[in-house]
Amino acid sequence: MLKCSISEINNLFSAISGLRTLYLPVEKAGQALYGAWTPQARLCLDKLNTVKSPKDLFFPQSEDLVRFQREGKKISIEMPDAIDEKFVLFGVRACDAKGLQILDTVFLSDPVDTYYAARRENGIVICAACSEPEETCFCNVFGIDATEPAGDIVTWTVGDTLYWEAKTEKGAEFTEKVKGVLEEASAEEEASVAAQNESVKEIIKQLPFADLNLEGFDGDHLLEKFNSPKWAELSKACLGCGTCTFVCPTCQCYDIRDYDTGHGIQRFRCWDSCMYSDFTKMAGGNPRKTQLERFRQRFMHKLVYFPSNNDGEYSCVGCGRCVAKCPISMNIVKVARALGEESK
Amino acid sequence: MQEIIEKINELFENGTVNRVLAWKTGEFDYERTPAVFTKEDGLDGFSYDSFCAANLAKYLILETKKEGKIAILAKPCDTYNLNLLIKEHRIDREKVFILGVPCRCKIDVEKIRAKGIKGIKSIKEEGDTLIIDTIYGEKTCPRQEAIQDKCLACQGRTHVVFDEKIEGGEPANVEKIDRMAEVEKLEAMTPQERFDFWRSELSKCIRCNACRNVCPACTCTTCVFDNPASGVSSKANTDTFEENMFHIIRAFHVAGRCTDCGECSRVCPQHIPLHLLNRKFIKEINELYGTYQSGEDAQSKGPLTNFTQEDAEPSIVYTKGRV
Repeated sequence: MLKCSISEINNLFSAISGLRTLYLPVEKAGQALYGAWTPQARLCLDKLNTVKSPKDLFFPQSEDLVRFQREGKKISIEMPDAIDEKFVLFGVRACDAKGLQILDTVFLSDPVDTYYAARRENGIVICAACSEPEETCFCNVFGIDATEPAGDIVTWTVGDTLYWEAKTEKGAEFTEKVKGVLEEASAEEEASVAAQNESVKEIIKQLPFADLNLEGFDGDHLLEKFNSPKWAELSKACLGCGTCTFVCPTCQCYDIRDYDTGHGIQRFRCWDSCMYSDFTKMAGGNPRKTQLERFRQRFMHKLVYFPSNNDGEYSCVGCGRCVAKCPISMNIVKVARALGEESK
Repeated sequence: MQEIIEKINELFENGTVNRVLAWKTGEFDYERTPAVFTKEDGLDGFSYDSFCAANLAKYLILETKKEGKIAILAKPCDTYNLNLLIKEHRIDREKVFILGVPCRCKIDVEKIRAKGIKGIKSIKEEGDTLIIDTIYGEKTCPRQEAIQDKCLACQGRTHVVFDEKIEGGEPANVEKIDRMAEVEKLEAMTPQERFDFWRSELSKCIRCNACRNVCPACTCTTCVFDNPASGVSSKANTDTFEENMFHIIRAFHVAGRCTDCGECSRVCPQHIPLHLLNRKFIKEINELYGTYQSGEDAQSKGPLTNFTQEDAEPSIVYTKGRV
């Protein structure tokens, strides 16, 4: 294990950004968001949840897939160039790191999404273990250990020291390159990290959602859950906004549209939300006519369809963003409890 | 709260209404979700306290289309939106029983979180102090510092429309702000500073549409931005200025109708001060056409939907001498 003093962390960031673009949680007009590091950036390293999750770095909210330009009788096809950027993502929490693995299952399965794959290939994920979980956190429900995130490199902050350990080959290679600004940690210090992790795990056990029971949320109970009369009541206050889907680290639905620039076509892909009224609109109309069906879709996808298609893996990671951000305080935990209650 | 519960039960029993639109407790001590309680199912989970910030008025558009009369619990600020909805024929007044409830200004949990208070288990009010029990021990916060922005700007307005109202106990000891002072601060900026301010705020927009969907003045059945046939249904930015346009257009659309309820800013996941756009319009309208408060009554014509010989005729770019 290596280490670096928090007071000198900008030396570490400076070294990293000398090699690759470094993205980390920074303050933007009062909010914590992933942004590029600069020596002047106001860092938000203590913040558990950035408003948008780091999925934005691999699967941007909006990206050009291809551009068609017309000059006279010629049409040229241009590919976007940003995908070549080599970058480091620092400060990714365990929940969000798991979120990336879930996106991998979707985008890296055949047919591979080459845009996403290129960014995954070009990005190094440096995780930050949690030390002060929030009341909205429930990653443990999905078997995630907040103190052992799944990244290329994992960091732990104990007191005013940052501890660093490479976890993958990619992480080890990168560690070699920035070793100059890191020191070896002593066995005693390593023990302090382990001790902190143990105490964090104790806190997590006591969190209000720690005991959330997802028994019965699987393909075998699909119709039972789908037909539950509870959806009507649960979805009643839903505003039909896209907050939950856009702050979610695993929501992966998108739309592809052509935009007429006047000189050509910009074919872009952007996040879409199953909460929106035109999400499933097609030639024959919209099969999800009311907010009840749209609302049900989001939670059925996370808690029933995804696990039944992916060996029991839920596509929720318990980051708590939707819990904290829903304008009307309706969320996946309430849904899981209401539907779970029913099947008892 | 007891008095309110008794009143609702009375309305149920004497057959005035068959359901009530109010707030329901949630998983956390501070969580309140808008909910409809029916006579049959009773008031299980009902709550009315400092966390019931959500404005329920807009839900009436759908609710009043249903069978029977519904009661709505309305804070003073919410009643302005009720008047607007009545005026614009979006709700059927005959099918609503408006029960005015007192308000001591609502608490914004995000403001408590912004102070670095994590792991909130419960929040209790003791006079002007909030006692916050957290996973990491007990914390305190002056109540004043956790008041919703929209409540700081409310000038203690009274219920402007109601069938009956429950009188509140002692008024809240909350220091209000001059709601136009924030606008004046922006007006005092140079055009470049102002541009930079809005670019920095609006570029955070994730286009979740929460501001639009919660807005009690945004009541189109299908928004033009949700209509794929409109040609402007843009789910993503085609350039980096588009978010700005979306919000400016929306502010234009509700100009002269916006009651300044502040819901847009309350629900914004990025805390963009959207209410400042609306408030700028209110300020301009007040200066040009005389002070007007949307929602104060259900009859008057709004300044932008009325014509008089004496009307001001500002140019397209209303600059007031500043460029």
